[in-house]
Amino acid sequence: MLGRIHLKDHLFESRLITNRAILLLVIGGLLLSVLLVRLLYLQVVSHEHYTTLSEDNRVNLQPLPPNRGLIFDRNGILLAENLPSYRLEITPEQVDNMAATLSALEDIIEIRDIDRSRFEKLLARKPRFEAVPLRFHLNDEEVARFSVNRHRFPGVDITAGLARHYPLGPLAVHALGYVGRIDEKALKVLDSSNYRGTSHVGKNGIEKTYEELLHGKVGLQQVETTAQGRIIRVLSRTPPVSGSNLYLTIDSHVQQAAEAAFGDFSGSAIAIDPNNGDILAFVSLPTYDPNPFVNGIDYDDYAALRNNDREPLFNRALRGQYPPGSTVKPFMGLAGLETGISSEHSKTYCPGFYMLPGKDRKYRDWKRTGHGTVDLNSAITQSCDVYFYDLAQSLGIDRIHDYLQHFGFGKATGIDIQGELSGLLPSKEWKRSRRNQPWFPGETIITGIGQGFFLVTPVQLAAATAALANGGQMLQPQIIHAEQEAESDELQPHHPQVLETITIGEQQHWDHVIESMIDVVHSARGTARSIGKDSPYMIAGKTGTAQVFGLKEEEKYDASAIAEKLRDHALFIAFAPVDDPKIAVAVIVENGGGGGSVAAPIARIIMDAYLGRSTP
Amino acid sequence: MSMTISPHREDASQRGWQYRLHIDAPLLFILIAVSILGLIVLYSAGGGDIELVERQLIRLGIAYTCMLVVAQFPPRLLLRLTPWLFVTGILFLLAVLIGGEISGGAQRWLNLYVVRFQPSEMMKLAVPMMVAWYLADTRLPPNRWQLLASVTLIAVPMLMIAKQPDLGTALLIASSGIFVVFLAGLQWRLLAFFSALVAAAAPLIWHFMHDYQRQRVITLLNPESDPLGSGYHIIQSKIAIGSGGLFGKGWMNGTQSQLNFLPERSTDFIFAVLGEEFGFFGILLLFALYTIIVIRGIMISIQAQDTYTRLLAGSLAMTFCVYFIVNTGMVTGLLPVVGLPLPMISYGGTSIVTLMAGFGILMSIQTHRKLLAT
Repeated sequence: MLGRIHLKDHLFESRLITNRAILLLVIGGLLLSVLLVRLLYLQVVSHEHYTTLSEDNRVNLQPLPPNRGLIFDRNGILLAENLPSYRLEITPEQVDNMAATLSALEDIIEIRDIDRSRFEKLLARKPRFEAVPLRFHLNDEEVARFSVNRHRFPGVDITAGLARHYPLGPLAVHALGYVGRIDEKALKVLDSSNYRGTSHVGKNGIEKTYEELLHGKVGLQQVETTAQGRIIRVLSRTPPVSGSNLYLTIDSHVQQAAEAAFGDFSGSAIAIDPNNGDILAFVSLPTYDPNPFVNGIDYDDYAALRNNDREPLFNRALRGQYPPGSTVKPFMGLAGLETGISSEHSKTYCPGFYMLPGKDRKYRDWKRTGHGTVDLNSAITQSCDVYFYDLAQSLGIDRIHDYLQHFGFGKATGIDIQGELSGLLPSKEWKRSRRNQPWFPGETIITGIGQGFFLVTPVQLAAATAALANGGQMLQPQIIHAEQEAESDELQPHHPQVLETITIGEQQHWDHVIESMIDVVHSARGTARSIGKDSPYMIAGKTGTAQVFGLKEEEKYDASAIAEKLRDHALFIAFAPVDDPKIAVAVIVENGGGGGSVAAPIARIIMDAYLGRSTP
Repeated sequence: MSMTISPHREDASQRGWQYRLHIDAPLLFILIAVSILGLIVLYSAGGGDIELVERQLIRLGIAYTCMLVVAQFPPRLLLRLTPWLFVTGILFLLAVLIGGEISGGAQRWLNLYVVRFQPSEMMKLAVPMMVAWYLADTRLPPNRWQLLASVTLIAVPMLMIAKQPDLGTALLIASSGIFVVFLAGLQWRLLAFFSALVAAAAPLIWHFMHDYQRQRVITLLNPESDPLGSGYHIIQSKIAIGSGGLFGKGWMNGTQSQLNFLPERSTDFIFAVLGEEFGFFGILLLFALYTIIVIRGIMISIQAQDTYTRLLAGSLAMTFCVYFIVNTGMVTGLLPVVGLPLPMISYGGTSIVTLMAGFGILMSIQTHRKLLAT
């Protein structure tokens, strides 16, 4: 070989490859023979053994889904229940002509396209002896109509199951949430063994947060089946454990009154018991009925909700971020007093506008003629802007930020409903790190009246008001009052949780601010005097108006001239009775106009509903 | 066989439609037969879900189109593209290891924004092409240095894929490369030497295996040790096949398959459905079709006119053989569970496209031959 020229010998190579290819084919044949021997062993020699094993496999485990826990309000009024629900099922093997049966059924029972397509999908997938659901939630009339015609439809049956139902419909839906069919996305997150047999899962609100408690534990039954899977008898049974019942802190009477008080306005109201953080009313309007969501809402209906300009699906109480407007003034006043920047007697002259030294820009007061000389009390009572422009300027943004954060502004309250937003309490540091911009002095001025970058959620504002009412206890807003395990009479209460105890420099400062808030409602010049006149109890409150769009310096706000969507938001915070606070409220009425005229009356109705009831 | 090297300049059309369309009719008909059998079994394995079959049909359509397109490429063009394909594949594999998408616990996907694809699929073809490209230029049989170079060409992509981890594909790629080397006339003593080397490395491989891969080997040796965990697959598939007997329980009547005892019955374990419902004779039919495909591939290799196409065709045919033997060996409990589908039958996978592209290469080799005067 060595002496030969380095030339490819094509004939030699062709023979070499041919020989090798045939050799490989032989090896492949040998391997195939091994496989065939194996298959003969499995399918002929051990056939009987494996047949026995496959017969034994006819003992099947079947899941028994648990009943979902009920949800009540704090007084035991049912908010979410499981109603017997009738569904129409067809067993394919007993039906001769499916198309004819379906069209005949259509005459007596409404069958939507969505029902039909789901039915056809299941029909293709399930064995012929298993009943396939065609319609869910038949109403009584449909059940009656079908029962009369029952004889005409062999293989078609009505079976009863349990379905989630919300008896009060749209009431407090943003807190309660709803359940819906388990979709593929949810399936990935859920514990699949515990959800075998379960068709619905909490999608929103309490139903979602407390899914684990409400769901319960799946049961199992061992059944013997025929070779086709038909059940012959039940061998053993482990019953399911129902989910726990939940008692919400919400008082549905107060909730109802609050939702009604808004009339046609959009907005949000939160009422909190300042003694323990219990949320008494959780209002986000407009609201919507959760019941259609349980079994899959029609596409058109859903689109109508989603495309609605007033955004009923939007949870304003948790995710609506609004400028607090003048409702921030009591907190600002307290900041001034407690930091020693101002005193109860410091006075400011209000000519109707404020100017930074050496600057031209005028920061207007809402009252163009000015309030004259004001102290803290009259500045809160009459909601003088100039006083707080000046105070904010003296405090500086970082001191404002440091004091107000104790009241929970700028961070989520941590309420047990998912999706809460944190609002925004601006500071120099925030603007530098998030916007990469320096802080301008003018931005401090408008922060003093709750405008500019400052944003709060209704829940935040109510929690801060509750802290003002109870003397500095920042309580975790609670939505669950108690849990009750299945088949137990005992209620396990949820205990209040203190997030932070605000240090009180001097009690006198707090008293002074609260007295000023009383004057807002009960004095002759108070901005919310309209609700104070006939009140049987003492209310401390503060009105607010949040600008939706900025006015130029010299422009005059004219509510009738601008589109409703751009009209100011009306705000009101309050607590009552002042000497022993039982309820703190924050009300935000979107595009409502004035805080005193629109938001305060709503707050009064809420407080009346609660106090009229608990102190008869 | 005596040949003179004087190709007739003859119009291809005179040799019939197969040559004009670059289709190998025997191969095409057998492939279609296997596909039809596959769809029938799949319909039953999916519990009568026609949508599943429809989706598979679309996938088959894409795969067949791909095969016909590849068949149009003359082998000379394939030869020229080979090194580029290989290098691109290696770069893609690197990209996957660095920033691939993790899907199902393994890092195999590369997101090219337009398509998500698995570079390892591309390497199933690129590796045998590359080794054949390299060896076709040398004088056969390869000497020890050429052997070492070939082993490197195989080992680098193989290890990169095994690391993803995708043991099944790594195994296929390794065997496709080794087949080229073997066809090229690898001397027996070198083969013995390398086999000994692999045997010696076995403990080392064990050391580098993932826990789940080790578990599969342990399970193979004693499936009853873990009847509800990883042994469950093998136990249930053996019951399914064994209870099928000679004639099977009939289509859609397999109790193991229809009552959900058999896991992954539409994908990797679909062979057990065939065994249960159609019995030994059903399996024999499938094996007969598979064997004809392999033999046809080897014939194409033998009839091919240059070393590159001979090596490549032989390797592709034998890799297909390994493919179905490994899957059926795994389902019958002879081999560990490595996660390879049953070719042309199992539901889903991008692997079917690669497989059919490989058959496209075979067709191209067969139908681009020049007529030789005898």
